[in-house]
Amino acid sequence: MADLLARWKTGLSKTGRATFGRLAGLFGASEITGETWDDLEAMLIQADLGVETTTEVLDSLKRTVRDEGLVRAADLRSALRNELRARLDDPPPLTWTEKPTIILLVGVNGSGKTTTAAKLAYRFVGEGKRVLFGAADTFRAAAMDQLQAWGERLGVPVVTGQKGGDPGAVAYNAVQAAVARGMDVVLVDTAGRLHTRYNLMEELKKVYRVVGKALPGAPHAVWLVLDATTGQNALRQARAFKEAVGVTGVILAKLDTSARGGMAFAIRRELGLPILFAGLGERMEDLQPFDPDAFVEGVLQEI
Amino acid sequence: MFETLTERLNQIFTQLRRRGKLSAADVDAVLREVRLALLEADVHYSVVKDFLARLRERAVGAEVSRALNPAQQVVKIVHEELIATLGEPTSLALSGPKPRLILLVGLQGSGKTTTAGKLARLLRSRGERVALVAGDPYRPAAVEQLQQLGERIGVPVFAERDVAPPEAVARAFDAARKGGVSALIVDTAGRSQLDEELMDELRSIVARVSPVESLLVVDAMTGQEALHIAQGFRRAIPITGLILAKMDGDARGGAAISIRAVTGVPIKFLGTGEKLDALEVYDPRRLASRILGMGDVIGLIEKAEAAFAEDEEASRRQAERLLSGTFTLEDWLEQMRQIRKMGPIAHILDMLPGQLGQAARTVDPQEAEEQFKKAEAIISSMTVQERRNPDILNASRRRRIARGSGTQVQDVNRLVKQFREARRMFKKLRKSGGRDLSRLFR
Ligand SMILES: Nc1nc2c(ncn2[C@@H]2O[C@H](COP(=O)(O)OP(=O)(O)OP(=O)(O)O)[C@@H](O)[C@H]2O)c(=O)[nH]1
Ligand SMILES: [Mg+2]
Repeated sequence: MADLLARWKTGLSKTGRATFGRLAGLFGASEITGETWDDLEAMLIQADLGVETTTEVLDSLKRTVRDEGLVRAADLRSALRNELRARLDDPPPLTWTEKPTIILLVGVNGSGKTTTAAKLAYRFVGEGKRVLFGAADTFRAAAMDQLQAWGERLGVPVVTGQKGGDPGAVAYNAVQAAVARGMDVVLVDTAGRLHTRYNLMEELKKVYRVVGKALPGAPHAVWLVLDATTGQNALRQARAFKEAVGVTGVILAKLDTSARGGMAFAIRRELGLPILFAGLGERMEDLQPFDPDAFVEGVLQEI
Repeated sequence: MFETLTERLNQIFTQLRRRGKLSAADVDAVLREVRLALLEADVHYSVVKDFLARLRERAVGAEVSRALNPAQQVVKIVHEELIATLGEPTSLALSGPKPRLILLVGLQGSGKTTTAGKLARLLRSRGERVALVAGDPYRPAAVEQLQQLGERIGVPVFAERDVAPPEAVARAFDAARKGGVSALIVDTAGRSQLDEELMDELRSIVARVSPVESLLVVDAMTGQEALHIAQGFRRAIPITGLILAKMDGDARGGAAISIRAVTGVPIKFLGTGEKLDALEVYDPRRLASRILGMGDVIGLIEKAEAAFAEDEEASRRQAERLLSGTFTLEDWLEQMRQIRKMGPIAHILDMLPGQLGQAARTVDPQEAEEQFKKAEAIISSMTVQERRNPDILNASRRRRIARGSGTQVQDVNRLVKQFREARRMFKKLRKSGGRDLSRLFR
């Protein structure tokens, strides 16, 4: 656990970012003033929480300040931390009742799906599971080669298809191969697509359906890989993918960059989706179960 | 669920129509909405703050114009300010000794490799002798990705796997010079601006080959960090331009404002799709509308103008009738034909603002195309009298029309119903000042 937190901390140490001068001293011994609230607002919005969530958080915090009679700015920090923490859940434990368990990875272009597939495989293989990749991104140049390269590195078999071929067919074959070979987990990597592209979303729905034909009840999980640097658009992405293929959880990639990933709050609140993992780098080791406490510390890091 | 700025402002201003000047209180109410619109578009907090201060100065005491209602007027001022901040489009500075080197940099997954392919294609079509350089030896299959793109467009790709990027780029540069290449486009690995080691790598590339352009590729969906990202890259190397990728989504693209306002780096292109021809010269007016959540109103107007240009007078009369609610099925048919001339329906749907745009997302473009064809067939099977006065369409007429157009009576019923609804909607639109909205951006 200590080790895990340390990883988060190194992943999240956002040195070199420009800070608002005043914020550093915000939680000193001074009294809570109108300016304090403005500064908090600035901080939360800059962490991509969005206006709506920020307003909610601050309204609730103001109530706490009033109810508990807090006067010192220093007391605000822990109140704010609690306030934010209460809006996130611990990731639910993964269940492995199905064999094979089929997991579909979806998301917009470049969000981190393929790398996340590799990281998840590394993790699951480490837990003694037999993993298989379905390289269902038949569209992007060298996308299948990318997953294949990870497969070789990890010793994980990869089912691929024809360049430009039917992604549904690849997914189908991957599931069938996994059943035949007694695998535990199939990670199906799909092509990145913008949630506004009607045809591409229809294609994704088809992949979803085809997987269900290959194995009734599958896919057992659909994980949306979100780039943590994304702003307000993240909520729309999550909503669209959820509507299309019933996303069951979110993976927040690139949390090691300077971004704070504040849209996670709105996604949790509006869509009820849990954040399952955090991507903290480009190597296959750089994935950790989502840690709400560390995440909140990241948001509050400036102060 | 999501109203556009103009819609919201219209609500504020319904009571204010006849005032002579915008008061401080009016302006405050408006600025709150503008602030929200900009923050929702991911414009950086501090940039919004400065922007609002400037706006207040301009807006308070401004004359209320006759042509526009106050809401439109404030939107116009905001729009103008945004346009000024965004700046004029700047082309690539391809001068000096050949080969001219264009370096693409940015975060992981921002869209560099695809953009490299697009730029190569564009420059070649302008008569340049283009080559690509693979500068990402780290991500698995990044080199193959560029090679495949190069193959697709017939542009050679320099790739050396076991050489550090600064050395590889320098070698490619030498080879390109000997080979008579005029434009050399370098794709680099994605990196965070906080990664000092990789930022040093960029520094040494720049030191060795002196690019004429170092372009930062930013994902249009980027949130508040866009500003720090741009500043970080700019601290390492002289960034000469910005490319905003993935603009074909529904992100509003406020990152562009943040970066422009703080760094002054000009925007050079927008990426608008995965295909290699989806690279557009950016238009500040369009981007400003989009950031304000007004959809691509300018783009729509331009497309409409181009399609309608052939018969301008007739279409103006028609537009008048449309907005006055006296238009007929005949007009509707004519209009449908003109809309079809604007291009594939999928493109038009993409450009719609606000609620319309949201609704459009649930439309299957192919089905819409079918519906269009059906409607055309149905109206074509009507007599002139029926088109001008759909109220005379009794059951037997409807049966005849269905037979004549090869459709079902239900199709005819649906069309008549839709027509009535549309007529009602346009009447309402006129009352809310929708007509002036399009005039705003001429
Ligand atoms: N810093 C950092 N980079 C990441 C992380 N996850 C992925 N990346 C990088 O982001 C880039 C894009 O990742 P991919 O895994 O190819 O993304 P993708 O969603 O599969 O992309 P497409 O298939 O092209 O849509 C690569 O350069 C990855 O190395 C992360 O957690 N942190
Ligand atoms: Mg991928």
